[in-house]
Amino acid sequence: MSAVEDRQGGSNLFRRPSSTAGVRGWLTTTDHKRIGIMYFVAAMIFFMVAGIEALLLRLQLATPEAQVLDSDIYSQMFTMHGVTMIFFALMPLSAAFFNYLLPLMIGARDVAFPRLNALSLWVFIAGGIFLYSAIFFGGYPDTSWVNYAPIQEVGADPAGYTLESGAQSNRMLFYSLGIQIAGVASLASAVNFITTILNMRAPGMTFMRMPVFVWMTLVVSFLMLFAMPIIGVALWQLMFDAGYEGNFFRPGAGGEPILWQHLFWLFGHPEVYILILPAFGIISEILPTFSRKPLFGYAAIVFSGVAIGFLGFGVWAHHMFTSGLGPVANAAFGLTTMFIAVPTGIKIFNWLGTMWFGTLRYRVPMMFAIGLVAMFTIGGLSGVTHAIVPHNAQQHETYYVVAHFHYVLFGGSVFGLFAGTYYWFPKVFGRMYNERLGQAHFWLQLIGFNLAFGPQHILGLEGMPRRYYTYPPGMGWDLWNLVSTIGGFIIALAVLLFVINLIWSARKGPAAPEDPWDARTVEWMTSSPPPQHNWDVVPTISHRDELWHRKYTDEEVPRPVPAGASPDHEASAGAEEDIHLPDPSWWPLVLAAGMPIASWGVVVDSWWLIGAGIVVMLFAGVAWGNEPATEPEHDEQPGTLQP
Amino acid sequence: MTARRRRTVAVRSLLLIGLVALLAACGGNTIEERPLDALSPDGPIAQAQDDLWRLVFPIAVVVFVLVQGLIIFAVIRFRDRGRGQMPKQIEGNTRLEIVWTVIPALILVVIAVPTVATIFELDEEPPEDERIDVTVVGKQYWWQFEYPDEGFFTANEITVPVDTPVYLHLDGSPEYEMPDGSVQPDPEQDQLVLHSFWVPRLAGKKQYMPGADRFLTIQADEPGRYLGNCAEFCGLSHANMRIRVNAVEEEEYEAWVAEQTQEAESFEGEDSAEARGEELFGVNCVSCHNVDGHPDNQGIRIGPDLTHFNSRPEYAGAIFDVEDDEQLADWIRDSPAEKPGSQMQPFPDLSDDEIDDLISYLRTLD
Repeated sequence: MSAVEDRQGGSNLFRRPSSTAGVRGWLTTTDHKRIGIMYFVAAMIFFMVAGIEALLLRLQLATPEAQVLDSDIYSQMFTMHGVTMIFFALMPLSAAFFNYLLPLMIGARDVAFPRLNALSLWVFIAGGIFLYSAIFFGGYPDTSWVNYAPIQEVGADPAGYTLESGAQSNRMLFYSLGIQIAGVASLASAVNFITTILNMRAPGMTFMRMPVFVWMTLVVSFLMLFAMPIIGVALWQLMFDAGYEGNFFRPGAGGEPILWQHLFWLFGHPEVYILILPAFGIISEILPTFSRKPLFGYAAIVFSGVAIGFLGFGVWAHHMFTSGLGPVANAAFGLTTMFIAVPTGIKIFNWLGTMWFGTLRYRVPMMFAIGLVAMFTIGGLSGVTHAIVPHNAQQHETYYVVAHFHYVLFGGSVFGLFAGTYYWFPKVFGRMYNERLGQAHFWLQLIGFNLAFGPQHILGLEGMPRRYYTYPPGMGWDLWNLVSTIGGFIIALAVLLFVINLIWSARKGPAAPEDPWDARTVEWMTSSPPPQHNWDVVPTISHRDELWHRKYTDEEVPRPVPAGASPDHEASAGAEEDIHLPDPSWWPLVLAAGMPIASWGVVVDSWWLIGAGIVVMLFAGVAWGNEPATEPEHDEQPGTLQP
Repeated sequence: MTARRRRTVAVRSLLLIGLVALLAACGGNTIEERPLDALSPDGPIAQAQDDLWRLVFPIAVVVFVLVQGLIIFAVIRFRDRGRGQMPKQIEGNTRLEIVWTVIPALILVVIAVPTVATIFELDEEPPEDERIDVTVVGKQYWWQFEYPDEGFFTANEITVPVDTPVYLHLDGSPEYEMPDGSVQPDPEQDQLVLHSFWVPRLAGKKQYMPGADRFLTIQADEPGRYLGNCAEFCGLSHANMRIRVNAVEEEEYEAWVAEQTQEAESFEGEDSAEARGEELFGVNCVSCHNVDGHPDNQGIRIGPDLTHFNSRPEYAGAIFDVEDDEQLADWIRDSPAEKPGSQMQPFPDLSDDEIDDLISYLRTLD
């Protein structure tokens, strides 16, 4: 158990740590719950960093011709805001929920590949550290998160009278390698979650008994599995173009700039659903619980989610309606874009159906869930207006689009993720969050969000393009820009309340029972927080809302019974001796550390450093493959491999 | 009672604020107040695009009101009244599922048909004998316009006749005829990046694609000065890359073309500020700027064609007033300090007098 014991008898190079205590315990953990918590904390840090970047942007735009940021810093900030929010805040926040909840919701003890899970976490963190280390190498990427070729190679200042020359290719290498590293984490997660869902469900949990959140995790994992390689290829090509005079996207040398746009959006549109579907899954759990009704149209919600996943790969060129694809392609992608609104609408109406005739309790998770339904509807409707291709030529690359996707990704994803945070907080920490502070957070965020992004619809239609570091007065933009900035700061205040609430409540909040919400799914059957092995006895599933059916009999007039009354849980205390649990390991952390080392080597053009990074990765991989499968203390002879 | 009244007052003032905001948003769409308004078409292309918006936006508003109304109704009507009753456990309703699948699909058909029709309609190329051709090249950070039929160049600003389609060729591999008769590719061919040409009141935008050809038709109904912008991120001065379209009556257009095809006046051999400026221009500027009629002109088009520099009210991506001598002097001395990412090299060695002479010469280029 202790660190000392850990070092004893270390004749075997690849001995496995067994301690779960202290910092070492967290660094070597393979427990999906600890990994989930670390995912959440790291992602929230990136979320706040990207939020501060957004506030800087809004300060600069609050008034015409402001001098808060110069053009160069402004470009770096909006690029990093986008990259960070998407790859290092929202995706990992979703991953935090997948990690923590997935095994609990399907009645498993852990994910299929616990060390791979740890690898995902450390690779994501390594990618974030690498990306933000760009400040020491000439600045952050500065040509927007979409980074359209060929400006990624020509640079924002090719003459070099304003910026130092040479900074440009470094910045692009950070963009390319930073996102590639994050992509490795996503791919590893995708494989892990797919395998876990397909193979590790509790007895009786058929596909159509899975919670919708699990379904959405499955869909999102497949989206990541197919979408991440596309951006991986594009980024790999960009790396050669930026660092080694490759000619993939340079028109003068036979490359093709439009190829980048196709590759980027062939990934980029599924990515939108990667970001939103987890939130849809979360509120599909919350709405039934707080309406005290089952999810309305379970099958419709599941299959519309799957349909969105498929259609999501067939709409990418709607990001490119002004790039000159020709009328037939434009019409085709316009139609698929309209068509994808149908499954999305089905979800909205089914959520409404869930609330209808219910007994709605307005606790913070429910408020955020309803907020998502209302706000995402706005984003969905503006999305349909994008599909009218001829008018899209007026909307494209304006603040109208910025408003649209913030209603989808903030009004949708962030509201959903925050709803989930409040909902499962008692389960994770065994303590209740502060309800009043949470409600203040909700109202501030709702108001701030609409003030910040509502006016941007108007700004865009009044002709304000995106990615402008300055604008002249007299365009009719002054008022709405100021309002938008004020809204941005209200959001910041709201998020501050959120963070204070989480930190305070995790330490000092009142103790939470195992089922504080009178919920419907099995993760509420185990203790709060759950034991490391999740269940003393894995539950057997006989219904879709298993816990609900255990709590409330099938009598005609249902009758509330004390929450958390789970026969399994009581009957089997002390059975943990026989439970096989994944052992801690250092190698995911070590392997992940090799990636930024090799990447820094690419940036400073040092083959030694590249080699060192690769050696670290290879060594960690070999060690990973050779460390014993169970912890030494369970072995007959410590330090030897199990047969 | 007081609390209730206070709440009523609060609700009323909120409604009032909302109404004022709405009026502020809707009112005042004249070209003076909102020169870039995408919802105020001033030509048939923009009009056709706007017609679709006017079809779809009300539908979106109706759906918005319906969904938000249902949410608010449910939130109020079905709130927990503390009676401890368990609601009926309804799992779903197939008929309702069909209704809310089919109705949105039908609404989308209503939108889709005119959308597809308009896509094909707007893609039609205007007949060659009825249109004005303009070749557009996007540079970091200004627009080059060439009138190929009339044989002259201008920058950031074009003049076009009203009621005439202007067929823009966004030329991603530009070539120029040099003074010696040879044809040379643009000197910055390998350095071109994406831009997007957008004059909202005349037409939606189109990407400028290096290495490829793209086409866009714009047309104005009424005379006026229509503003536009670069809409695809292109670097440090993406925000400083503006477009001006002067729509004028046919006769005025003819006169403008006649003027633009004139060569610049030469002051060679004279002893005047203009003559000294011309000479300085020959030493410092012709290696990037073309001026037809300048004795040392080399026909190089790295920077904007300055043959009619002074005829354009704005310069440097149409961000500075051409009549401001002081600004112009600063620009010549150190343009990257005036506009980030400017590719014109600073001229710290030019004396004040020399810059005055240069400006005197530039003033003759109209």
